[in-house]
Amino acid sequence: MANLIHVDVVSAEEQIFSGHAEFVVLPGEMGELGIYPRHTPLITRIRPGTVRLRIPGQNAEELIFVSGGILEVQPDSVTVLADTAVRGHDLDEAKALEAKQRAEEAMHDRSSEIDYAKATAELAEAMAQLAAIQRLRKGSH
Amino acid sequence: MAGSKEIRMKIKSVQNTRKITKAMEMVAASKMRKAQERMRASRPYGEKIRNVASHMAHAHPEYQHPFLVRRESVRHVGVVVVTSDKGLCGGLNTNVLRMVVQSMKQWEEQGAKVHAVAIGGKGLGFLQRTGVPMVSHVTHMGDTPHLDKLIGPVKVMLDLYAEGKIDAVYLAYNRFVNTMKQEPTIEALLPLPKTRLEGSGPSASLAWDYIYEPDPRAVVDQLLLRYVEALVYQAVAENIASEQSARMVAMKAASDNAGNVIDELQLIYNKSRQAAITKELSEIVGGAAAV
Repeated sequence: MANLIHVDVVSAEEQIFSGHAEFVVLPGEMGELGIYPRHTPLITRIRPGTVRLRIPGQNAEELIFVSGGILEVQPDSVTVLADTAVRGHDLDEAKALEAKQRAEEAMHDRSSEIDYAKATAELAEAMAQLAAIQRLRKGSH
Repeated sequence: MAGSKEIRMKIKSVQNTRKITKAMEMVAASKMRKAQERMRASRPYGEKIRNVASHMAHAHPEYQHPFLVRRESVRHVGVVVVTSDKGLCGGLNTNVLRMVVQSMKQWEEQGAKVHAVAIGGKGLGFLQRTGVPMVSHVTHMGDTPHLDKLIGPVKVMLDLYAEGKIDAVYLAYNRFVNTMKQEPTIEALLPLPKTRLEGSGPSASLAWDYIYEPDPRAVVDQLLLRYVEALVYQAVAENIASEQSARMVAMKAASDNAGNVIDELQLIYNKSRQAAITKELSEIVGGAAAV
């Protein structure tokens, strides 16, 4: 196990890869990175591209596509925190704007004050209904 | 046989209801399993990010990201409310919304204004009716939540926080304990509580530092942004798992109740049928005696 490096590729939605490799190639922001075991600690952003892993006892290289993310390198481990979708400042901005607009439309005809009385009444009603259902359930047994 | 036809129809109708609730129960049970798997699948990402972030927080105590700095006066509070899109899941949404209302009252008493982000249709409807100012919302997440849909609404809140228009952000959702138990939870999202970053790992004694490419700031910014998004995503995944299990339990209770109602109605029906037969017999006997 001397010349192996532990590789984890995870995204927010799932674990994509976890295992040992002899050599890893990644698309770093400043250029391609080739990482052997006992690499100095490094942290960088990665661009959309392919992560190539050379796995012991396997002829073909393992290929994983990532749409960007963050790479952390430790002497004995490599962690890729992959994004689930292609991200970019402009793309994120557009999504935020869209969300904002939707909210503004939704809030078009609201009253200015937070109506706590209404909220409490509504919740009390729902709670009462639930309590009634529970009582009914107990009663019928 | 007065009313026996009505009773028969009533039984039929309750039986049909039971069929529906039974089907919903089974659908919820199978969806629940998948939702739980998804919830677990999203955990490693958060843990890994937390480890890296705690490394960096220890290695660079001089660079304080705005997400980590506690603000002295909290005048505007943001709250991200995660609820389900659909109902028929017991008290799940009611519980979390009640908690939100209580917290909002507290914040208002302390002189803070509340702004909300609604994730899920039930929370959106509730916040709209009660007139809480909403900065963004997202509904129709479906059974498989995608981070893609959350980025926009969460970014609106984070931008407001970065601009100083909001001083603290909270996250409200149903924490999944087990199938029978879901816990409404409100926790601080921003500023990131110190405890969140004190993950496990070899960060305690740091004699080394990373090489940063291109520079520490850019990496930390992106890392913390991803971390906050991952936390929200995790909350949504847990909420969906909670929703499906709550629905399964609620529908099981409904099916059981329908069964009880059917038994009772069947008893009444049999009694009324027996009564009618007895009455007819005694009429015949009475008639024969009269002849």
